[in-house]
Amino acid sequence: MTLKEDEIRELIDLLGKTRDREIDCDACLEQVAEFAEQQLSGKEVPEALDAVQQHLDVCGECREEYRVLMDVLRSSGDETRN
Amino acid sequence: MTVQDADFPEALTSLDREQQERAIHLLRTQLLKGVQAGLQGRAGADSAFVEDVVQTALLRILDRLHTFEGRSRFFTWAMSIALRVAFSELRRKHWGNVSLDVLKESGNEPAAFDGEEALRPDHLTQRRQASQLLHRLINEKLTEKRREVLVAELKGMPQDEVAVQLGMNRNAVYKTAHDARKVLKRSLMEAGFDLDELHATFSSNPTP
Repeated sequence: MTLKEDEIRELIDLLGKTRDREIDCDACLEQVAEFAEQQLSGKEVPEALDAVQQHLDVCGECREEYRVLMDVLRSSGDETRN
Repeated sequence: MTVQDADFPEALTSLDREQQERAIHLLRTQLLKGVQAGLQGRAGADSAFVEDVVQTALLRILDRLHTFEGRSRFFTWAMSIALRVAFSELRRKHWGNVSLDVLKESGNEPAAFDGEEALRPDHLTQRRQASQLLHRLINEKLTEKRREVLVAELKGMPQDEVAVQLGMNRNAVYKTAHDARKVLKRSLMEAGFDLDELHATFSSNPTP
């Protein structure tokens, strides 16, 4: 098994973002809706959602899903707002 | 007649069958539109695929309705679940034929670095030493499972696919990778290495 240069770079990046305690993907999913709306509103993300940001920093799949969620929310506009 | 966002949870569980069906229909329409837009341009995400995943997502949303706490709009919550389902299925479609064993056998020679001929000799030496160190730690400090999961992740295999091939679930794969990262991070620190310096070693423009 050999890691290529970009894979080594990514590993170092991930290690830098690693915390002793991290939430898993299901826990991220439970909170990402609230997190996304906080981000869209431009409000400062509350400390309680800090773990979501950290998970998105290290989990490529959740990060991809989150980015698409944000795109969908931005484009849905007033159609779904109360 | 429309259903307001805040009224969806109640409407979806209404004893009034007509109201419930109307709510499901409206939600399904919204999810179809959102998932279609979200997956636009991605290989394999044709209309049949979108219909299938939205149907699966609807069942999951109804099943988890009791967990919605109103900390976000209902649509946002529902869409996040729909996108999780959609992406999980799409990744499986793309990676279902790739075996973990193939990733494990991906080369046994030290990787050459892009543009290494342009690097100063001392920078190249630093990169090679750092690469050797990381490979040694991965081989010596990680259990086989942690090594397998971490390497698969670094080589781009989605956690959902790793989970299927190892008989785990996605959360267990994440935890295994997390454990691997913690061990490597601790090992590097114990060996006296600074992550920022390692990062700089592999930056595209190392400082002179």
